[in-house]
Amino acid sequence: MTSSFIPLDFHTYCISMPDESIRRVALLVMGCPKVPVQTSLVLYLASRMKKAGIRTIIAGTPSARQLIRVADPDGHYIMEMKDLDATVAALADGELTVTDSYVFVHNDAGISYAASMLSLTNRPVTAILFGEEAVQMAHEITFPCTVIVEPATHNPMQLKRKIEEAAPWDV
Amino acid sequence: MGCLESLPYEVLLSKISFKEARVFLSKYPEKYDVQPGYRMFDISIIGVPPIRVAVDGESLLFPFTKPCHGTFLIRVPEAAEEIAKLRARK
Repeated sequence: MTSSFIPLDFHTYCISMPDESIRRVALLVMGCPKVPVQTSLVLYLASRMKKAGIRTIIAGTPSARQLIRVADPDGHYIMEMKDLDATVAALADGELTVTDSYVFVHNDAGISYAASMLSLTNRPVTAILFGEEAVQMAHEITFPCTVIVEPATHNPMQLKRKIEEAAPWDV
Repeated sequence: MGCLESLPYEVLLSKISFKEARVFLSKYPEKYDVQPGYRMFDISIIGVPPIRVAVDGESLLFPFTKPCHGTFLIRVPEAAEEIAKLRARK
């Protein structure tokens, strides 16, 4: 199930910024890393964003960041990583500005983070829902964002395919 | 940036949903709605807006979300300064 609620200012933004790939700053927000597909999909999305020339920041808990750091020790796929709490504080204080956010969600806390990113950035948010309760979680999203849903836990391929269909690196 | 562990907090409810936190706090007569990122005790509050916080005497009650453990409902005593900040927002 892939459904889209794209805020109006998203289209305005795309039309008014032709050099978007240079100016875009994408924030990838990781949730709790206990579901295996998250780490590989964050690396995949970060890699595609990096290849497209988009400044990509990954925010996560210390454990989630360590999984990424160990998988990509030389930074082939990732650009920047930040602590999740520090990222929230920086957004709230206006010290960090991003153009689009991608929040990995597999529990209620993830929905809180997705809603918070929308409120803090006032920019398009994509919630990528995975894990056994992904479909149930999707019904909890009552705020405007793009939703990508696949109840994947170990095998990332279906969710990777859905992310490729959305192709956020091409927007 | 602050840390919850530096506060003398008490957990009222653990591993609840953001909806349950909002419902629980509704029963308090003095309550306020804040937006994500609102800073209390130097901690940025996370949640689906509006995020409800409540005053109970000198204590402040609010939801605190941890990525791996969901939302907790926290009571912090002797919170006069933060309560005054909330009241001043009105």
